Amino acid sequence: MAGDTLTSEEYIQHHLTNLTYGRFEDGHWGFAHGSEDIAEMGVWAINVDTMFWSLTLGFVFILVFFMAARKVTTGVPGTLQNFCEISVEFVENNVTQVFGNRPNPIIGPLSLTILIWVFLMNLMDLVPVDFIPYAAQLAGVPYFKVVPTTDPNVTLGMSFGVFVLVIYYNFKIKGPIKFGAGLFTHPIPHWSMYWVNLILELVDMIAKPLSQGLRLFGNLYAGEMIFILIALLPFYVQWALSLPWAIFHILIICLQAFVFMILTIVYLTQAHDTGEH
Amino acid sequence: MEQSLIYLAGALLMGFGAIGSSLGIGILAGKYLEGVARQPELQPLLMTQLFISLALVDAVPMIAVGISLYMIFAL
Repeated sequence: MAGDTLTSEEYIQHHLTNLTYGRFEDGHWGFAHGSEDIAEMGVWAINVDTMFWSLTLGFVFILVFFMAARKVTTGVPGTLQNFCEISVEFVENNVTQVFGNRPNPIIGPLSLTILIWVFLMNLMDLVPVDFIPYAAQLAGVPYFKVVPTTDPNVTLGMSFGVFVLVIYYNFKIKGPIKFGAGLFTHPIPHWSMYWVNLILELVDMIAKPLSQGLRLFGNLYAGEMIFILIALLPFYVQWALSLPWAIFHILIICLQAFVFMILTIVYLTQAHDTGEH
Repeated sequence: MEQSLIYLAGALLMGFGAIGSSLGIGILAGKYLEGVARQPELQPLLMTQLFISLALVDAVPMIAVGISLYMIFAL
């Protein structure tokens, strides 16, 4: 596919394009062979590598927790059970701390899924940049972006999924009339300020999922970009840069997964409190 | 001409974002240290709050960095 000596520009371009499968201009479906094909496909395109990695990691998460749950022992727990117990307790503490123990069937499992799944997806960023894409290239797959969270579709998809949940719970708990009235009266209950309130509330409502999704995307994309740039350096100096950056990136990975979960819980809590004032 | 404008725009995006986030996180960390100095036993609780607000302060500058890197390299 690419010549053996890629220019740095091509190298970066190659590592940033997804493996997309979509509908070409003339209507036949196929894999895109370059960013111009992707542009040509427009809406009718699916990032196969992102889907593959996010779904596989999702199954890994379900499998690990299912295995731990099946072999649960009240005696001396094994390491797998310890890991699962720690993460479940961590999520439970955060949920009860922020959300309180109101009856809600999905906030616990949702937070655990978000925490572990986003963490696993971010963890892919620590895999050395060229390992999997080069192996895929040998296997004939032209482009193979490994970190799903560097694809805005994934992060914005999750954050808008949470947004839909927030709207659902607003309607369920507050009811459409009270929720609609809240849009007008919220920050300043005076009648003259209703239209200002409305604008503020709508902007706030849109900003929440956007900032939540783009924050995760921005962090991981910048992190991966730094790894790609480090990979351009001569190999004997690479470890001096990529080692400290990888260590710092471990903090970013855990922090971003944790913040995504906390914000989900906070937004759902806001949707639940009916504001008695 | 157009490519050099993109580089300039990317640099400005990252530069101003960096100013904002460094000021914010500097103040945040300073207050955190004051809080821990005043009540050392609250350190674990304060640290979680520190990390949450650190990520929130860092959000927009990091989005700016993400967009500018995208503009510089992938545009």
